[in-house]
Amino acid sequence: MEFWRIPFDANEIDITLGEVYILDDRCKGCGYCIEFCPRQVLQISDKFNKKGYHPPVVVNPESCVNCHYCEVICAEFAIYSVEAVSCPNKN
Amino acid sequence: MASVNRPNKQQNHPLDDLIRKDRIPHIWCPGCGIGTIFASCLTAIKECVATGKNGFDLDKFVMVSGIGCSGRAAGYVKLDSFHTTHGRAIPFATGLKLANRDLNVIVFSGDGDLFAIGGNHFIHAARRNINITVICVNNLNYGMTGGQVAATTPYNAKTTTTPAGNAENPFSLPLLAYASGATYVARWTMLHTRDLTVSINEALSKKGFSFIEVLSPCPVNYGRRNKEKPLETLKLYQEKSIIKNGADPSELDIDMEKGIILGKFVDIDKPTHSEKYDKLYRIE
Ligand SMILES: Cc1ncc(C[n+]2csc(CCOP(=O)(O)OP(=O)(O)O)c2C)c(N)n1
Ligand code: SF4
Ligand code: SF4
Ligand code: SF4
Ligand SMILES: [Mg+2]
Repeated sequence: MEFWRIPFDANEIDITLGEVYILDDRCKGCGYCIEFCPRQVLQISDKFNKKGYHPPVVVNPESCVNCHYCEVICAEFAIYSVEAVSCPNKN
Repeated sequence: MASVNRPNKQQNHPLDDLIRKDRIPHIWCPGCGIGTIFASCLTAIKECVATGKNGFDLDKFVMVSGIGCSGRAAGYVKLDSFHTTHGRAIPFATGLKLANRDLNVIVFSGDGDLFAIGGNHFIHAARRNINITVICVNNLNYGMTGGQVAATTPYNAKTTTTPAGNAENPFSLPLLAYASGATYVARWTMLHTRDLTVSINEALSKKGFSFIEVLSPCPVNYGRRNKEKPLETLKLYQEKSIIKNGADPSELDIDMEKGIILGKFVDIDKPTHSEKYDKLYRIE
């Protein structure tokens, strides 16, 4: 994660990182997950799913903070995030 | 950059255990808000069961819907459910609750179903304080039948049956619920899905008649005729909504110019229908 100013306790704080999964064939291409992701993790893809829609694709995997908003705004049960096992900021 | 151990590819959505997966994708159009509200409801049910409070048990939840796009929800939930006739979800739900008081009965239906053809059932269930939860997807029109004017369509809005604009005033659903005697009344939009989930959880835990209105885009019918793209409707929800818990129910008209008030407006305790009935007729 990028900081404008490094917090003093950056070494001690674990930033939750997420991993996004997309079930392409359930997506109807509404774009809500892309628009409302607070970290610009997603983008519309060029590929077509079975129904002819363009599902989203993960373009910034390391930015995902596992907030689940994409998951809760999706009307299609087509996207969700899980916590990625991480050892952040210790390197 | 932080190092990340990627877990194995999972292909199970966290709500897969509560939906009839063989029927997904559902019929709802791209950009329609019903699926989001439905998912929020399933999450709230799951959370209620996880707390173990109030004897919550998945086998005791029942979803009842009427007719309309929103009414399809009953057909997608992997719980006991009833897809009833148009406008009659609340009478079915009332019967279920009276016959089996252990059930948690959720009515999930549309504004047309609950407030036009079914309007009388709504006010009387609230008056009697039947211990059920009613979730209304308000997309401001009859989505399923092609976008006709509803009892919730704003003044001057265009629909198939009001091509020059709606000349009538809409119901304010929270005011109607409050005036009819509901013990819990809230309004959210499908964009405020986290608040909505918390609210549904509260409504399910509430003893008495609880009601939640959820504003939802119908891009195919209402949106198209009123020149609102789905993302624009969501942006309107984002920009025009004011969260004001405890707001006076008489101030809750939906007016995009002034802003739409969201929040929890009523949360009171009073005896339920069954409690009052027992007092007079089941004297031990
Ligand atoms: C007795 C009866 N009258 C009329 C209809 C036609 N009809 C089907 S759905 C509907 C309105 C649905 O509107 P709403 O409840 O707002 O649901 P939405 O589709 O907008 O989610 C109507 C009038 C019907 N199915 N049955
Ligand atoms: S979990 Fe949050 S940060 Fe990650 S992709 Fe979804 S919306 Fe974006
Ligand atoms: S919100 Fe769901 S249906 Fe819409 S684009 Fe994202 S994954 Fe697809
Ligand atoms: S017609 Fe409207 S309410 Fe019905 S599924 Fe389509 S967008 Fe949703
Ligand atoms: Mg409707």
